[in-house]
Amino acid sequence: MNIIVITILALCAIGVAAAIILYFVAQKFKVYEDPRIDEVEEALPAANCGGCGYPGCRGFAEALVKADDISNFNCPVGGAAVMSHVGGILGHDVKAADPTVAVIRCNGTCDNRPKTNIYDGATSCTIAASLYSGDTGCQHGCLGLGECVDACNFDAMYMDKETGLPVIIEDKCVSCGACVKACPNSIIELRKKGPKSRRIFVSCVNKDKGGVAKKACSVACIGCGKCVKECPFDAITLENNLAYIDYNKCKLCRKCVIVCPTNAIHELNFPPRKEKPATKPTAATVKPVAKPVAKPEADTAVKSEDKENGTSDNK
Amino acid sequence: MLKTFSIGGIHPEENKLSAQSAIQELPIPKIATIPIAQHIGAPAKAIVKKGDEVKVGQVIAQSSGFVSANIHSSVSGTVFKVDDVMDATGFRRTSIIIKVDGDEWLEHIDRSEDLVTEITQTKEEIIKRVGDAGIVGLGGATFPAHVKLSVPPGKTAEVLVINAVECEPYLTSDHRVMLEKADEIMVGIEILMKALEVKKAIIGIENNKPDAIAHMTQVATKYSGIEVCPLKTQYPQGGEKQLISATMKREVPSGALPIEVGAVVQNVGTAFAVYEAIQKNKPLFERVATITGKSLKNPSNWKFRVGTPVSDIIEAAGGLPEDTAKIVGGGPMMGKALVSVDVPLTKGSSGLLLLAEEETARKATKACIRCGKCVSVCPMGLEPYLLMVLADKKEYERLENDAVMDCIECGSCSFTCPATRPLLDYIRLGKGKVGQIMRARK
Repeated sequence: MNIIVITILALCAIGVAAAIILYFVAQKFKVYEDPRIDEVEEALPAANCGGCGYPGCRGFAEALVKADDISNFNCPVGGAAVMSHVGGILGHDVKAADPTVAVIRCNGTCDNRPKTNIYDGATSCTIAASLYSGDTGCQHGCLGLGECVDACNFDAMYMDKETGLPVIIEDKCVSCGACVKACPNSIIELRKKGPKSRRIFVSCVNKDKGGVAKKACSVACIGCGKCVKECPFDAITLENNLAYIDYNKCKLCRKCVIVCPTNAIHELNFPPRKEKPATKPTAATVKPVAKPVAKPEADTAVKSEDKENGTSDNK
Repeated sequence: MLKTFSIGGIHPEENKLSAQSAIQELPIPKIATIPIAQHIGAPAKAIVKKGDEVKVGQVIAQSSGFVSANIHSSVSGTVFKVDDVMDATGFRRTSIIIKVDGDEWLEHIDRSEDLVTEITQTKEEIIKRVGDAGIVGLGGATFPAHVKLSVPPGKTAEVLVINAVECEPYLTSDHRVMLEKADEIMVGIEILMKALEVKKAIIGIENNKPDAIAHMTQVATKYSGIEVCPLKTQYPQGGEKQLISATMKREVPSGALPIEVGAVVQNVGTAFAVYEAIQKNKPLFERVATITGKSLKNPSNWKFRVGTPVSDIIEAAGGLPEDTAKIVGGGPMMGKALVSVDVPLTKGSSGLLLLAEEETARKATKACIRCGKCVSVCPMGLEPYLLMVLADKKEYERLENDAVMDCIECGSCSFTCPATRPLLDYIRLGKGKVGQIMRARK
């Protein structure tokens, strides 16, 4: 009986002593962490996509709490709602950033941009781009192997089998920029979503001279500069034979879309035009799909015997 | 037993179809498209403009740095334009397009076939002339030759190793040059030896070319310090480090250059080009290439002018066979497929290989079965299966630690993989990325 009592008492004494030691050690080596970090992290969408430029939501929360001014921070996934919530927690003013969305700046479908050779190497755009210019005459456009789709963590992209181009599902796109980084030809851009998701952009990244670009792809920007002259807001610049629309200046008047001779400028989510311009049909209204174009001239099509494969291959 | 390198290696089917075909001269093209970047390093700077008259051998683009090379006109005529033209990879690069008119050479070029054995120039003069003549490594890598000849201070060259291995299947251009121009090559080697101040040169030749070994050995007796070393037929025997390992029994340390072990390697074709540049004043604007393929009517070897379109040489060899699916520039192991037959032949074009569909079709990529074949054939002692996965997963730090930069891109791993995985494609990608990171760190 005595032994049991002694044992219990001894164990209790050891326990209490250990607890006291641990308490002081914990006090001594305590790491202060701002409780607001947890709070902010809770408010963030936990997508951990890296779209904000920080390593995951926790990293972003730490940066937010540390910063004195968070007006330049933006969570593309959560958007204005989440940011104002975070602003409330931290007691900072938040400038509502315009929501952005990824757009594919290439419309080189199989019809618009005929294939000149066949690629049978590793299924990776980066590898294809490191080996050669691609399986069409255009060395700038989409390679069609879907590395962007693989990079997307939100199921917001898919490869359209018919066009051979990636398509962005606007509702699912959180604008994290993973696809932008994945694309070796930099054809994807994050652009302002625009009112009612309406936006206008040049769906081409071809920097070749007009003739070369047009020969490779019937809907290429040929750098003619008509849109630049037409734009009443100076929103369009022409550099290296390629027009670019500044989405901060664009007022969505759609004048450039009409004057573009190759239909390279796309308008998205606009209602159909009331009076159709006499010269041309309107551009695609929902997503950048192939527009009806004349079949390429015979001389642009490479003779079948000239079709060579484009990979370095070990027999 | 024949000498060979220490680890790895494979033996693909040799297919030296054109070995018995003597070198023929390809007609001068009507229009020559001469790219200003035909070498590793900075592209040359075009110094001619539209409308200029040029003669054969005239400098048309100036070297723009130490690791760069002059480009000479291979034809005489008028510069049609200087424009971006599609190269073998499909990208548009600056080229000088010349409309050919006659064949007028610069006067100081000696066009006779007489052998000039006396070397009158000093070491410095030789290196300068080699640089001026735009000579690059003609094995295919096109590294400017004068850079290799300029031994960095503190290092000494002991042996000049001449790469006459031609380990790529199908190719026979070096083989033919050795049979037809052995004396010129020997003088070229003597010139290189003088430039490097070495007393010994070893010519490495694979023993699938017994006639070349016999001929070169016999000719070499006339010249002191040059010996021929027959090597086992094993790919990649012609890799710089492999060749040093085979002929000198020395291993080049990871990340180091051959000069570290006292060796300088030059291709046998380069030796011939050096002979022509020094003894005949002839810069590098023509070379020999093999055109070959199982369905091709006439697999043969041609001396061509740089800038000749690929279609011309195909026409000369009997036209494009019906079943051609792929045209490879270079050999089947390391060559790159061309995007079109309209691209020009350049200083680096050692051969053209026409492959039929069944020879070239890639099989579907299957899962790695961990057989380790790629590891056993890798001549650099790397682990290709692992490097591929690391490159795919963007683990660049681990790639660097696993010595991805040592990869010589010989393709033995992809060749041997029973699961037909595109090992080299991914490794090359990882190598590129790691190289970028390493350069950024400097």
